[in-house]
Amino acid sequence: MAKTLFDKIWDAHVVSSKEGFPDILYIDTHFIHEVTSPQAFDGLRKRGLPVFRPKQTVATADHNVPTWDQHLPIKEELSRYQVDMLTKNCAEFGVELYGLGHPYQGIVHVIGPELGITRPGSTYVCGDSHTSTHGAFGSIAFGIGTSQVEQVLATQCLLQSRPKRMKIEVNGTLQKGVGAKDIILYIISKISAAGGTGYFVEYAGDTIRSLSMEGRMTICNMSIEMGARGGLIAPDQTTIDYVKGREFAPKGEEWDKAVAYWQTLYSDEDAKFDSVLTFKAEDIEPMITYGTNPGMGIGVTQHVPATEDFEPKEQGSYKKALDYMGLHDDEQLLGKPIDYVFIGSCTNSRIEDLRQVAAFVKGKHKADNVVVWVVPGSKQVEQQAIAEGLDKIFESAGFPLREPGCSACLGMNEDKIPSGKYCVSTSNRNFEGRQGPNSRTFLASPLTAAAAAITGRVTDIREMLSASEFAELVD
Amino acid sequence: MTKIFKHIQTSVVPLPIENIDTDQIIPARFLKATTREGFGNNLFRDWRFDENDQPKEDFVLNHPTYSGKVLVAGKNFGCGSSREHAAWAISDYGFDAVVSSFFADIFKGNALNNGLLPVQVSDDFLKKIFDAVFADHTTVVDIDLENQVIKISSTGEQESFEINPYKKACLMNGYDDIDYILSNRAAVEEFEKAPNP
Repeated sequence: MAKTLFDKIWDAHVVSSKEGFPDILYIDTHFIHEVTSPQAFDGLRKRGLPVFRPKQTVATADHNVPTWDQHLPIKEELSRYQVDMLTKNCAEFGVELYGLGHPYQGIVHVIGPELGITRPGSTYVCGDSHTSTHGAFGSIAFGIGTSQVEQVLATQCLLQSRPKRMKIEVNGTLQKGVGAKDIILYIISKISAAGGTGYFVEYAGDTIRSLSMEGRMTICNMSIEMGARGGLIAPDQTTIDYVKGREFAPKGEEWDKAVAYWQTLYSDEDAKFDSVLTFKAEDIEPMITYGTNPGMGIGVTQHVPATEDFEPKEQGSYKKALDYMGLHDDEQLLGKPIDYVFIGSCTNSRIEDLRQVAAFVKGKHKADNVVVWVVPGSKQVEQQAIAEGLDKIFESAGFPLREPGCSACLGMNEDKIPSGKYCVSTSNRNFEGRQGPNSRTFLASPLTAAAAAITGRVTDIREMLSASEFAELVD
Repeated sequence: MTKIFKHIQTSVVPLPIENIDTDQIIPARFLKATTREGFGNNLFRDWRFDENDQPKEDFVLNHPTYSGKVLVAGKNFGCGSSREHAAWAISDYGFDAVVSSFFADIFKGNALNNGLLPVQVSDDFLKKIFDAVFADHTTVVDIDLENQVIKISSTGEQESFEINPYKKACLMNGYDDIDYILSNRAAVEEFEKAPNP
């Protein structure tokens, strides 16, 4: 029978399937971090259980860590306690930890792929909703709650009902200055922050195929922002080339065997999806969000909707969002002064993102009214950026390269956007208070964020790029 | 052992806002605790308290009129982060169930794993509950898990709701997923021995 890519991988991981029960799904690798794991380890202790497969568990400290002076003890007491707790738990239960100071430390969804832990055809979970990122490799990856973290630590399995399958195709050629982040913000703006709930999404089409692994990770990363449990993209030569030679990637004969298997991982031609959506790449402008969920996005030249565009029962929520953002009906964001730019997060903090931003800001200087934070996704990204001299370019543009972590995406460390301030952010959520109490977030691509850093305003990146500059940026 | 849920009859707290995300339910800066207790104090923190930690009078949890063991909220409740702290906070505050016309997946799973019942009703029925509560704040709803029925006591209007039969059994009997998987340990080890595809 014809199967979707999702079903091929799911079926290969079902330990037991029983009528009326969720499937018992085997998890190949479990990523953990300091925020959603302490109560799970505590649960194991109460039950007197070990970690069932410690070698299939990988830990890092990312959510709480400062992005300056990581060699010093964490100043904030509760953060330090939580990070220390992770260190203790990993030592006690025999789990490998890439903690602060380790050359592999970084945002959990950045380090898995760059270390070659994330591969096609496997299952990954983590107590973090952006685990969907790893689906870019053609794997099943999704976020779980802490009770489930405990479940996976205790059994290496997860009790899970099979979700519905959705296919989202994007075909055609992207405009200059438009990238993966714009594609996903566009899709979410079309189907809403709840449009994918209950589904696992496969992204397909020639536009998706043409993206680098970094771009594919950005797309899959934000699957959760449309409510989908996860997203995946069939592996191809781009995927294989990315994984090859990485620290924990299979080697020698194992590699050949793995690649042979990965090449079977695609949705069969007549596989049935529960829903299929198709978009044209040419329709996508550089995107920006104006509201308080990621579905509230528009092309950067467009105006925010009017309250009366919504059904009466939705108007209250819409007005609340606009009030929070300090915006009014029909307002155009283009040209609006902003206060902060954040380039980072598991959505856009990979080396390709930093290279793109550096290529654009080289020889330019940030606007006086803007504070710019560039936070690499991992120690390896940071080191690579330094090796390539990107840190010097950022420094000359008026902002230093910081140290890796989740940072201002969720403001668990001291990187918080102050009350009432506007931030153009490459992260994934514009929820009220997400980047700090009463902070106001405009989600956008790294290029759109970089343009805002230079002009101090919401800017159409297309207006700032000559043809030759653009060619340089996408190379 | 999960908290047991069978049947409740209670007044409700209405929160007719759509897309309530887990950052509103419990902001990230309060996720630094390493136990499951105490999150109720910071439930809806930034809606409930101002910058000086004073209660905001216009927020429903600070409104003396409304109280009860059930939170009734607009559609797409619990979207965003996977933080189970959201379910812990709602439960710790004293709610036993959340009623909405749509729940985000991860939140729903987290709630069920903590004895907090997510009751998904139609848009129409949700409106009926809001209308009834805003007309009379003492309105009582009756949630019967065994029969999967939610009823507005004063008007007698009712609707049935869906729940996975396994999770229903867990809630009604206090069963736990880990015990269930551990009882299948032989199958897990068998699976691990099989050659990789």
